[in-house]
Amino acid sequence: MAGNRGRGRSQFTFNVDTLRFGRGDSLPTSAHTPSPLFPPMQFRPVPLHTGEEVDYMLALKQELRASSKNLPFHIKAARTKTDVARYSDKYQNGEPKYNCIEWSPDWSRMPKELCIKVQKTRKTGAKPQLTQKPKVAARKEEVLQKLETLEKREQEQHSEEEEDEEKKKQNEEEEEEPDEDYDEEELEDETDYIISYFDNGEDFGADSDDNMDEAVC
Amino acid sequence: MTTQEVRLCGLLLQEHFGNVVEKVGTHLIRSGVLTLRALAHETKLPLDLVKKSLCVLVQHGMCTFGAGRRGPAGPVEYRINCEHVFHMLRYPRYIYTAKSLYGDTGELIVEEILQRGHMTMSSTVKTVADRLTHNMPEGQSMDYSEVVSVFSQLVETHFLQRCPPLASAGSSSSGAVDTPLPVATQPTEPESHPDCYKLPYINLTGQGKRRRSSEDGEADQCCGDDDGIYWQVNFQRFHLHFRDQAIISAVSCKLDQSSSEIVRTMLRMSEVTTPAHAAFTQALSANEIFRALLSSYNIARPILDQYLSLLVDDPMEFVGKTGDSGGGMYVVNLHRALANLARATLESVVQERFGSRSARIFRLLLRKRHLEQKQVEDFAMIPAKEAKDMLYKLLSENLVQLQEIPKTPDYAPSRTFYLYTVNQLPTARLLLQHCYKTVGNLIERRLYETKENKRLLEKSQRIEAILASLQATGAEAAQLTEVEEMITVPERQQLESLRHHINKLDSSENQVDETIFLLKSYINSTQASL
Repeated sequence: MAGNRGRGRSQFTFNVDTLRFGRGDSLPTSAHTPSPLFPPMQFRPVPLHTGEEVDYMLALKQELRASSKNLPFHIKAARTKTDVARYSDKYQNGEPKYNCIEWSPDWSRMPKELCIKVQKTRKTGAKPQLTQKPKVAARKEEVLQKLETLEKREQEQHSEEEEDEEKKKQNEEEEEEPDEDYDEEELEDETDYIISYFDNGEDFGADSDDNMDEAVC
Repeated sequence: MTTQEVRLCGLLLQEHFGNVVEKVGTHLIRSGVLTLRALAHETKLPLDLVKKSLCVLVQHGMCTFGAGRRGPAGPVEYRINCEHVFHMLRYPRYIYTAKSLYGDTGELIVEEILQRGHMTMSSTVKTVADRLTHNMPEGQSMDYSEVVSVFSQLVETHFLQRCPPLASAGSSSSGAVDTPLPVATQPTEPESHPDCYKLPYINLTGQGKRRRSSEDGEADQCCGDDDGIYWQVNFQRFHLHFRDQAIISAVSCKLDQSSSEIVRTMLRMSEVTTPAHAAFTQALSANEIFRALLSSYNIARPILDQYLSLLVDDPMEFVGKTGDSGGGMYVVNLHRALANLARATLESVVQERFGSRSARIFRLLLRKRHLEQKQVEDFAMIPAKEAKDMLYKLLSENLVQLQEIPKTPDYAPSRTFYLYTVNQLPTARLLLQHCYKTVGNLIERRLYETKENKRLLEKSQRIEAILASLQATGAEAAQLTEVEEMITVPERQQLESLRHHINKLDSSENQVDETIFLLKSYINSTQASL
């Protein structure tokens, strides 16, 4: 109160006795910074529960986490396009399409406005392989019959053509095994260069493979 | 929704459904209710992505929709049910409970339905039979009828329930709507539907198929006779089961095994008759309890009476006596048991963080309600200086509150009583928020550890894949060792310590979730009785 100002100037506003402060004691210093992010702990924490039940639930949790990434409910955003179009973009997984949904919910239980086209289940390349193999066989036999000396080169050329057809099918169908593409491309890599270099389709008859390599270098 | 709850929801959604759903979900939680267009506009995501995310959330029951503020003619509004998102933390516990009660078949049924949100009975049975057949040795396969019997057992004991039907087809078409959409604020309760636990009459015969590698991966959803009847997990029933388990284990810790068996019998008998939010179970007479006790416990009638009187006299008040007919009428005090369990949790938290003497002060304040500082020192038998220190520490952590009682109307400090007090309910809420923050921190730390060692993890995965394929094609031991040596010894040690850390973090999440369940049940029980 204002009246007390003249008397006991060093009086505190609260009753000193209850707080057990002596008259001359200094008050504890006030903190000027926020408390540390990882304050040192006075007591160590109790160890975790152990046992069969705990281990089983731990394994379940990790399994659920891993399997939920493979379910169609896990929606991945599209990779943002970087500045330069890269060679490897051709061989990346097909970008997830926005306008279709990978599972078929019961649309009667959802509002109509959420309805999106349902993406048909992808066949994992079983069909294209079946149609390719007879074609490959027929072509190979033709070539072997016609040109015996350039047998190997013709095969390489045709497998490259097959790959082009495969890519067309890829654009029509949903998805191909990217590994397959990659392996064939790997095989093709060396010969690709050579074939495009000598891409006039003429016989190069007597030349052996070694000579071809030298021509490239 | 508090900051910590929103953060935890975001982390859980991201873990299970990816970044897109997380973005949509957190924005919707923060905004409350939104229409589709508003949501797409504010999150700046393409409309189709937002639609897909909402489909995922509705499928799992985490998002509800209804007529908006403009009535049935206006756009549909969506809201997120946060409690449902937190249940994702507890999925392993649900699955383990189903396994312990109904074996592997029950475990797989609950796991499938949890992962897919809701499913029809026929698709569940087919998927589970296929999975079981896959794990069986060659030549054997799982019969559908066995799976159907376990499914019906789960439905009979109310662990699974039908999804509630929507009032109309849930459409927001501007055309004629026969019945008004359910109001967004009051979703239809599944239990209000009379056929909630009725199994559909379908004929499911057949056996599980072993999946060959040449066949297609995902089985197409075949049209069954029960199209449109979807089943979901009844979380409330699982929570009641967990609550019963907690009470039984508390009794067995405090008293002994036989008394816990008696309480278990009492709870089992009143499972179906007690409503979900009841404060007490139905009154059971001692005669009934005696008849229902399994003979394996070998408890004679006079012993049972002694145990019951012991339970009634116990200060924890798990069991109460409500009458004398039939040898004595006894009830299990559910709400009081939950309150006691929550109190024990609070006390143990204070003990582990601040020491046993601070815990003594805390317990003292819980029992004596309001005490002055001098009284605290006297009752707790702790020297003045240390008691002052501990009290101020608890006060700064907000576990203890100060109550002022003025002698004069001007609240002059020298003429007011300052009393320390502990209120159990607000402290429980505070601790619950701490728990949410803890789980959020654990998840973030785990993500950080995984990200730091991403390269190493990918390398080890690739090598494991190579090893697996080599073993499948029958390679020699020398090749296998050569591939294994591609991971150097220090890398192996690093991997080992990483796995150890991640296991520890995951295990901690599970354990913190148990505390969350206990505190949440206590808080809900106090709200129900209001």
